[in-house]
Amino acid sequence: MTSMATGAHAGATAGAGEKGGTAAAAVPELERDIVIVGGGSAGLAAAIAAHDAGVASVLVLEREPQLGGILNQCIHNGFGLHTFKEELTGPEYAARYVAKARERNIEHMLRTTVLDVSPGRVVTAVNAERGIFRVRAGAVVLAMGCRERPRGALNICGTRPAGVYTAGTAQRLVNIDGLLPGREVVILGSGDIGLIMARRLTLEGAHVACVAELMPYSGGLKRNIVQCLDDFGIPLKLSHTVVNVEGERRVEAVTIARVDDHLRPIPGTEVRYPCDTLLLSVGLLPENELSRQAGVRINPVTRGAFVNDQLMTSVPGVFACGNVLHVHDLVDYVSEESAHAGACAARYMQGAAGLAAGEKDLPGAATELAIEATGGVRYTVPSFVSPGRMDDSLRLRFRVGAVYQNRYVSVYVGDRRVTHRRKPVMAPGEMQEVTLRRADLADARPGDVVRVLLEDE
Amino acid sequence: MDGTIVYDALVIGAGVSGCSIARELSRLDGRFLVLEAEDDVCAGTSKANSAIVHAGFDAKTGTLMARLNVEGNALFPQLARELGFAFDRIGSLVVCTDEKDMPALEALLERGRANGVPELRIVGREELVRMEPNIADGAVAALWAPTAGICDPFALTAALAESAATNGVSFRFDARVTAVEPVTLEGGAPGWKVTAGGDAFFSRVVINAAGVYADQIHNMVSADTLTIVPRRGEYELLDTTAGGHVRHTVFMLPTKMGKGVLVTPTVHGNLLVGPTADDIDDKRGTQTTPAGLEAVRRKSALTVRDIPFRETITSFSGLRAHQPGHEFIIGPVAGAPGFLDCAGIESPGLTASPAIGRMVAAQANDILGLPRNQSFEPRRRPIPDLKRIGQGEWERLIESDPAYGTIVCRCCRVSEAQIRDACRRVPGARSLDGVKHRTGACMGRCQAGFCTPRIMEILAEEVDGLSMEDVTKCGPGSRMVVGHDKQAEGGERHD
Repeated sequence: MTSMATGAHAGATAGAGEKGGTAAAAVPELERDIVIVGGGSAGLAAAIAAHDAGVASVLVLEREPQLGGILNQCIHNGFGLHTFKEELTGPEYAARYVAKARERNIEHMLRTTVLDVSPGRVVTAVNAERGIFRVRAGAVVLAMGCRERPRGALNICGTRPAGVYTAGTAQRLVNIDGLLPGREVVILGSGDIGLIMARRLTLEGAHVACVAELMPYSGGLKRNIVQCLDDFGIPLKLSHTVVNVEGERRVEAVTIARVDDHLRPIPGTEVRYPCDTLLLSVGLLPENELSRQAGVRINPVTRGAFVNDQLMTSVPGVFACGNVLHVHDLVDYVSEESAHAGACAARYMQGAAGLAAGEKDLPGAATELAIEATGGVRYTVPSFVSPGRMDDSLRLRFRVGAVYQNRYVSVYVGDRRVTHRRKPVMAPGEMQEVTLRRADLADARPGDVVRVLLEDE
Repeated sequence: MDGTIVYDALVIGAGVSGCSIARELSRLDGRFLVLEAEDDVCAGTSKANSAIVHAGFDAKTGTLMARLNVEGNALFPQLARELGFAFDRIGSLVVCTDEKDMPALEALLERGRANGVPELRIVGREELVRMEPNIADGAVAALWAPTAGICDPFALTAALAESAATNGVSFRFDARVTAVEPVTLEGGAPGWKVTAGGDAFFSRVVINAAGVYADQIHNMVSADTLTIVPRRGEYELLDTTAGGHVRHTVFMLPTKMGKGVLVTPTVHGNLLVGPTADDIDDKRGTQTTPAGLEAVRRKSALTVRDIPFRETITSFSGLRAHQPGHEFIIGPVAGAPGFLDCAGIESPGLTASPAIGRMVAAQANDILGLPRNQSFEPRRRPIPDLKRIGQGEWERLIESDPAYGTIVCRCCRVSEAQIRDACRRVPGARSLDGVKHRTGACMGRCQAGFCTPRIMEILAEEVDGLSMEDVTKCGPGSRMVVGHDKQAEGGERHD
């Protein structure tokens, strides 16, 4: 069976050779210093930083008809507090980056879907104007973002009628198309998009009966719970889930039940909510199908690439940033991280070749230390750091596995504790960070592990 | 207007059986009509099944099921070429999980041979493990049937309908039949009046291919009543990342402990696991249940190990049109001249459908005596599948229509051109499910999260009189949205 499917072993180029492909298929038509896959907040920030680092040709490939990514449908405010010290809407935040890219004449192609990224950094893409084309890239930055977990991933029982949407799809319909998905709404999952949509749907004339959350804590930012639920009198039902969907053609009701400590529904606690819509905000998954094709090693916890302090993946010259690397809460941090990726990609293609993440024996570079998440810390980004190459300081971003109060975030290099900082509250829904200084690694020996963990005292 | 037309044959039901019958009828020079209760073809049993083209060893030797299964299987390769739908002859394995059950496996082999299934043989554990590295540790041997395959049941049904329409068959949707009565037609010949959606249709022959509703239609014309029991089957569909977990369709040899579930790759590259089998009363009872999905996972582990269920992208259930005698009921109904049943079409009904179409059309023409349709065109231009064609062919498509280069469904690689093509077919897509079934869009890992709004836009552009806010998932009553923002029904309470 000839396969050009995403995720298949053979990339698009191999598939072409098998069946009627032209002989010219192997020769890339274009060459660029840096190709950036995705023109959302991550891709734009990376492109701008790469340009500013002196890279002559940067190409951004974007599948939508405009740059800016998912920000374009996030019409609420709260973006940019860190980056611009003011409160912007999503489209305003995106517009600032689009303007910066325009000022720099950064090349981009819209309505362009990347089909394959080869380990040798040949990017195959398709659009209506050029057809299928290949670009040889000095470096590649992966900035494809993430997708929402669908209903099927949760195996919610019942019928499959119209009226079950992920929160992001509903957001697009309401904010871009001006269409109201339903009038009586139940939301499952208290991720930020779900919370934002509870408020938006209320403002647009729908009634949100409740937000049910499987876990005993919310997955969203505290400020969103206050501003989107509390201010509108929408109940948040923690430790609850949807156990049934009714309705043959359109949702007619959903049933919600309390769950026990093992997250199993407790019989007898079911409450039926007549409604026409069920929104799901039950998690975001980095879209790493292309990364896997390229041979990038994926961290099973983040479902994003393993990267080093340069945000380089396990494939030399292929970098990752933004929500395709790990799901962020705030776009400001996406921009900051992606600018770093863009700058590192620039450095790489300008000749200061770094190490691929986790590879310790590439010639001409210093040894990398593994960064290990432990003791309540679920993961860190990056996962590797090179004392010889890193900047003066490195931000380690991480998430915790439960709600913690008055714990210390500690960093050890080998046996030596280099950071010990008290945090009043940490929750899985809020990304944390801790700074690792170059000086902290001054005495590190090859093979030492950098550990990030929570301690009681 | 239609009331004045007298059709030669009227088919009730646009599932795979009805559409196959319609296409075979269109080889004849006559007037034919298909009535469908739903808004599209392939809306019932045909859309939610295992999509398996069975080899034919299962049914009891000498039954119609056995004969039409083997005949239907043999017809698939040519049909797939003529109509351009996905069909992969990957072969099937019936896995024996207990040495004590080997006689039953041998019996299945013998039955298959008696049914005329070619190339059957039993493979021992060693060979089985080579063929299926993820086979369960308890598997001792299997019946290997290389002629078994998998197909795209949506594309097959749509293609049969398009081919029938191209060759002159009319289709009416949203036309649920409420009455079938014998009448005397103009000129004194016997015929039938069929009432559907408030309209009356007249025909010399009526063919009942109404799936789980075939009993209701049958019982409108016969006192010798028929019962069709909806037998619910629940499935889980896994992402294409899990599609290679098995290479063939893996069945379990039924044991005293009961019947297992199958594990199979699909033509779209996913992994499909199921079905359960529960007889229910509700002919619309297509919900999934905690017990059903638990059974799918538990039973599949008996034949295949380590199925990565965390890659599940959706679960669904379908209803088989089970007839308690477990046999296809195909042919004239006593006391109702000109009325033909095509009922009890449960597994292997999809496999048998090409043969069913031939058989029923022949029976109809025994009554009608129509000449051949000299201009019959067997081929149908397929909607291209960008995942299955080569890159060179894709490039040529983009040259002919640049919209083949604009990807709308990123998970399943479906372009704008394919979606517009699906809408322009006759009968064409008029709903999201119509697009999904004809193009494979929305079937992937995001489960239509990203592409739904864009496909709604294209439907509104392509379908006459359809606005974006009236787009449905699957016909009347399934609107995707309720109106425009701030347009809540019953007043401006938030303005």
